[in-house]
Amino acid sequence: MGPSTEGAAVTTRGLTKRFRGGQVAVDRLDLDVPPGAVYGFLGPNGSGKTTTIRMLLGLVSPTAGTARLLGQPVPAASASVLPRVGALVEGPAFHPYLSGRANLRRLDAADRTTAPRTSAARTAAALERVGLSAAAGKRYRVYSLGMRQRLGLAAALLRPRDLLVLDEPTNGLDPQGTREVRTLVREVAADGTTVLVSTHLLAEVEQICSHVGVMSAGRLVAAGTLAEVTAGATTRVRVECRQPAVAVTVLTGLGVSPVRTEAGTVDAELATADPEQVLAALVAAGAGVRQFVLARARLEDLFVELTGAGFDVRG
Amino acid sequence: MGDGRLLLSEFLLVLRRRRNQVLLGLLALVTVLIGVAVDVSGPARDGEGPAFLRSITDNGLFLSFTALVVSLPVFLPLVVSVVSGESIAGEASTGTLRYLLVVPVDRTRLLVVKLLSVVLFGLLAAVLVAVVGAVVGAVLFPIGELRLLSGTTVSYGQGLLRLAGVALYVAAVLATVAALGVFVSTLTEVPIAAMAATALAVVLVEVLDAVPQLSALHPWLFTHDWLAFGDLLRDPVSVAGLGHGLLVQACWDAVLVTLAWARMTTRDVTS
Repeated sequence: MGPSTEGAAVTTRGLTKRFRGGQVAVDRLDLDVPPGAVYGFLGPNGSGKTTTIRMLLGLVSPTAGTARLLGQPVPAASASVLPRVGALVEGPAFHPYLSGRANLRRLDAADRTTAPRTSAARTAAALERVGLSAAAGKRYRVYSLGMRQRLGLAAALLRPRDLLVLDEPTNGLDPQGTREVRTLVREVAADGTTVLVSTHLLAEVEQICSHVGVMSAGRLVAAGTLAEVTAGATTRVRVECRQPAVAVTVLTGLGVSPVRTEAGTVDAELATADPEQVLAALVAAGAGVRQFVLARARLEDLFVELTGAGFDVRG
Repeated sequence: MGDGRLLLSEFLLVLRRRRNQVLLGLLALVTVLIGVAVDVSGPARDGEGPAFLRSITDNGLFLSFTALVVSLPVFLPLVVSVVSGESIAGEASTGTLRYLLVVPVDRTRLLVVKLLSVVLFGLLAAVLVAVVGAVVGAVLFPIGELRLLSGTTVSYGQGLLRLAGVALYVAAVLATVAALGVFVSTLTEVPIAAMAATALAVVLVEVLDAVPQLSALHPWLFTHDWLAFGDLLRDPVSVAGLGHGLLVQACWDAVLVTLAWARMTTRDVTS
């Protein structure tokens, strides 16, 4: 283990899960989540994110490899480390015929490291924090999808945590709810809590995450700070001009392959070419440039580049 | 010591479940019905109906014993099958199992708490039948000194004490059904399958117990000595049958709990 893993919130080395059918869900995963990070854990459905999270939380036993949470080996030290970890795994799950409050009281009662006397105050505070106080006495079965998701977050926030593991926390939430979750994540992160958040909403990730890791087919295909990861993606250029045909010729001549030509605009991937030289060449050739726009690749483009664009769900 | 807290939470969860309340209500209803039927139609003739039925009109306390004899082969095990089959599989099917485990609740601790709450529920069911029988019996029939199976007579207080002993024995044999149900419940994520499998297994063992050609096997079947509690109604109490019954139950309990533990602690929770 390298020195960079010192004090890491989550570390895995060679973590592998092969299910009984022989399917390898997670394949020699080396994951490093630095302390204090908001780590966006990305990947298409079936890429092994949830299985990885389940292994970290001791729900699924790894076939090979090791994992550490907050510096302690799991599942060996789960009993002592998991009270410091709040988790939302694959959607909320509660007893349908109990109220939201009663469900939280039950989880609180299961935690032998908390004081029974403060249980009522703890659950009330958690419900307040996710805006469920008014619905706390209603049975879970009548909760909307968004309310269920909030209750799941309340359970993860029942006590101060050093690490939050949130699997699809904005699933089923309306735009306001999504915003609130974003604010919540920023708040807990500001308090020093490390957050590992898996999501499909890449726009969310760009707004709240400091680090990202991209999973594909059970492996980590990109990881680092948000800036590091997106730097690897190609910059695009969009040229709006009077003579698109001329522009295409010039761009091709410079080794910049145009990807799309529409009425009056040409899109191209810049690769290694210097944008200033490209613009100068276009002007010199008389393409009649009206607009020259550089677009840094968005995370979505990178994501598709890394994990494939198709609808193929790995079986 | 947070275990009492979790056990209390678990037991209240079982009690709050409407279905379980209905099951307890039905047990009480059966007891009341027997009492009312005997009151309306008069005493049963010799050798008619279940054991103790004929004695109800002599002493109302026998309503409790009759109701326990009637409920023990099918009704009580069925109720315990439902609650025990639900225990782990129910949590797995709603997904609450994963959230309990990440609290974290140690898997062995969760298994013990689940098992204890089902055993407590079995005790509650047995005590409920006994108490309802004693109360309804006291209202509808004469009470007082009790004539035991051995012909001797004991005081009503002594009779109540023996009834308590019988209820405890019934709770003990139901504990084996609880252990069986909890084990089956660790195998699946479908609670109804665990309930049905447990109830069927009990019936299967009872059928084996009724086949004379398998008599060599009978002493080791966990249902064989279920009705041995009649021995508590003799003077002096004959402990041979009861002792053997409890020993066989304990062996089954040990095996079933070990299997449940082995499964529970190695299972991948993917629900």
